[in-house]
Amino acid sequence: MDLYRAHVLVCGGTGCTSSGSASLIERFDTLLEANGLAKEIKIVRTGCFGLCEAGPIVIVYPEGTFYSRVKADDVDEIVAEHLLKGRPVRRLIHTDTVSSAAPTSLNHIQFYEKQRRIALRNCGVIDPENIDEYIAFDGYQALGKALTEMTPEGVIDQIKKSGLRGRGGGGFPTGLKWEFAYKSKADQKYVCCNADEGDPGAFMDRSVLEGDPHAVLEAMTIAGYAIGANEGWIYVRAEYPIAVKRLNIAIEQARKYNLLGHNIFGTNFSFDINIRLGAGAFVCGEETALMASIEGRRGEPRPRPPFPAVKGLFESPTILNNVETYANVCQIIINGADWFASMGSEKSKGTKVFALGGKINNTGLVEIEMGTPLRDIIFDIGGGIPNGKKFKAVQTGGPSGGCIPSSLIDTPIEYDSLIAIGSMMGSGGMIVMDEDNCMVDIARFFLDFTVDESCGKCPPCRIGTRRMLEILERIVDGKGEDGDIEKLETLAKNIKATALCGLGQTAPNPVLSTLRYFRDEYEAHIKEKRCPAGQCQALLRYFITDKCVGCTACAKVCPVGCISGKVKERHVIDQSKCIKCGQCQAKCRFGAITRG
Amino acid sequence: MTDTEIKQATREDQFAKLAAAIQNHKGERGALMPVLQEAQSIFGFVPQDVQVAIAKGLDVPLTEVYGVATFYSQFALEERGEHIIGMCLGTACYVRGAQKILDRLSSELDVKVGHSTKDGQFTLNATRCLGACGLAPVMMIDDEVYGRLTSDEIPAILAKYREPKAS
Repeated sequence: MDLYRAHVLVCGGTGCTSSGSASLIERFDTLLEANGLAKEIKIVRTGCFGLCEAGPIVIVYPEGTFYSRVKADDVDEIVAEHLLKGRPVRRLIHTDTVSSAAPTSLNHIQFYEKQRRIALRNCGVIDPENIDEYIAFDGYQALGKALTEMTPEGVIDQIKKSGLRGRGGGGFPTGLKWEFAYKSKADQKYVCCNADEGDPGAFMDRSVLEGDPHAVLEAMTIAGYAIGANEGWIYVRAEYPIAVKRLNIAIEQARKYNLLGHNIFGTNFSFDINIRLGAGAFVCGEETALMASIEGRRGEPRPRPPFPAVKGLFESPTILNNVETYANVCQIIINGADWFASMGSEKSKGTKVFALGGKINNTGLVEIEMGTPLRDIIFDIGGGIPNGKKFKAVQTGGPSGGCIPSSLIDTPIEYDSLIAIGSMMGSGGMIVMDEDNCMVDIARFFLDFTVDESCGKCPPCRIGTRRMLEILERIVDGKGEDGDIEKLETLAKNIKATALCGLGQTAPNPVLSTLRYFRDEYEAHIKEKRCPAGQCQALLRYFITDKCVGCTACAKVCPVGCISGKVKERHVIDQSKCIKCGQCQAKCRFGAITRG
Repeated sequence: MTDTEIKQATREDQFAKLAAAIQNHKGERGALMPVLQEAQSIFGFVPQDVQVAIAKGLDVPLTEVYGVATFYSQFALEERGEHIIGMCLGTACYVRGAQKILDRLSSELDVKVGHSTKDGQFTLNATRCLGACGLAPVMMIDDEVYGRLTSDEIPAILAKYREPKAS
């Protein structure tokens, strides 16, 4: 193996690739070659480092210097100063949003200090397109142990004891699911992986696939051994081209090393994995719909039972787990169930990955121990709310979840505690909102999503959610009526009780949770025709205050000519003509136009 | 060759590619989705005659092909513009003002969301979460990602893709 005196890690996750990390790698390659350093320094394109806000990210080892928002031109300076002369480029070193310090190494950045990375352990560490690097980090050790030292029952027992629960959102105990499928008698069984990550604002699974694809393949193979299946299917979103590419490379490499294929590790166990691309239907995250889609049909859910563990893909016993769930499996097999169960809280073991987004300083991917309070994630890891705004709510669980208000920010993150306050763990999207976000509009946003994504098979979801959306649209449009809130509540209750699948049953949650904690905002919209957050355009009013000096700039910019007044005198807006475009406010140099 | 002849030739070539794709997947379980995906990348969309060819080739009813093609948002049944704009309306982008940028795109291009411009240059779509939430609000034009957008940047970005007008 070649030895290098330094390694330069460049993030090749989707976030950093979008902000231009590929051109950094090209520039590094050219400059290292030109300076005769190609044999001394290695450039590694890794998966996601998590701190997408600061991308593109470059880390130089052995020092662990963390450079953020690096541009192609900066590469010249890094090579000339840091790599040739050993002097880190201070101006490019990442500054902590919390402490405002410029830490010298990754481990001292506050964003990482409170995290515990199990599922993401290799993301941002190894080259995901190189199986040897995965193996060097204990890769395929768990599979070897399972196949040569453990029985299928022993594997299932370890997973059960670890307390691992499904990370896709539902939180069903993984070991139990495997046991059901193990006990189903059939010649053919399947292991499926749900990589159809559809929750808006959630990209955990994608980062695992992009940063550590072998971890998923290895865990699926272990699952195959445990339940007695020799075929696996990964259903992955077509919108994730980098993840798909790396999965394909990983499968090819694993086959070459006979870690997939016949007689793995010289045993009589054989297993192989296929990839199927999703085609943009959110409902395919539901297990029976996903299997219908792999079979090449419309992705419509069907009633259960029979459960997939009895009758799943191609009518055979099947287990389906989420990407992040699989990402934990190998570590449990290597380190033991007790090690895993020692992390987290009583009923929620281990860690959970969250995609932190919205109105927060450090957007990106974080992995924390279960039981960590929301406050730690938002203020310590996330660095708080930008622009000095006030924290209002955090949304978890996507279209199936709810909004958690600031008064409940000390709630620990666990499956059950989140359900108790009207939200849910979900797959891990965590969207932070500040005082400028209207909660009625957020509820409308999610219902709009559900209506669009409803497959149309069952009437409560197809028709019920549309009725709810119509009411919400009316409210944000300033046409809310007395009784609308009660109508929403009745519809919500009935849809939850009667919809066929999880999508429909949870669709009313965003409305119910905002009604529970922000009822006054709904009432202000309906009764006072006012949007307290100042976001619903139809309810906005612009006023000119006595700060007006009569410069006429607003009257000139108004596209509908609804501002009148004499020069050097206070102007007036004709509310009946105003289209609320806000151009007058943007133009006024005296801060004389207010919105309310 | 005249323009019509060239069109005819490319179309024949496209159908030959489709036939190869069908042959490749025939007999495979669940072949319909991957064949539709390949058809879309060959033709850019999945018009009726392509659906008919797939139904015949895979020996499945046309209703099933149509049913699957209309169920998934990835498949377009109408011809799309030369450049596809996908404005992300995921939650993270939405709370950071993606709607305003979508409105601006719509007014700059004079086209409704989900439709193509009259000159066939652009199709404007609102997409689901692109997973680049760290760069919110985000849009994609073809394969290029534009992040941390403000609505005032839109005209300059569009100008890069607009064909120079014949003067």
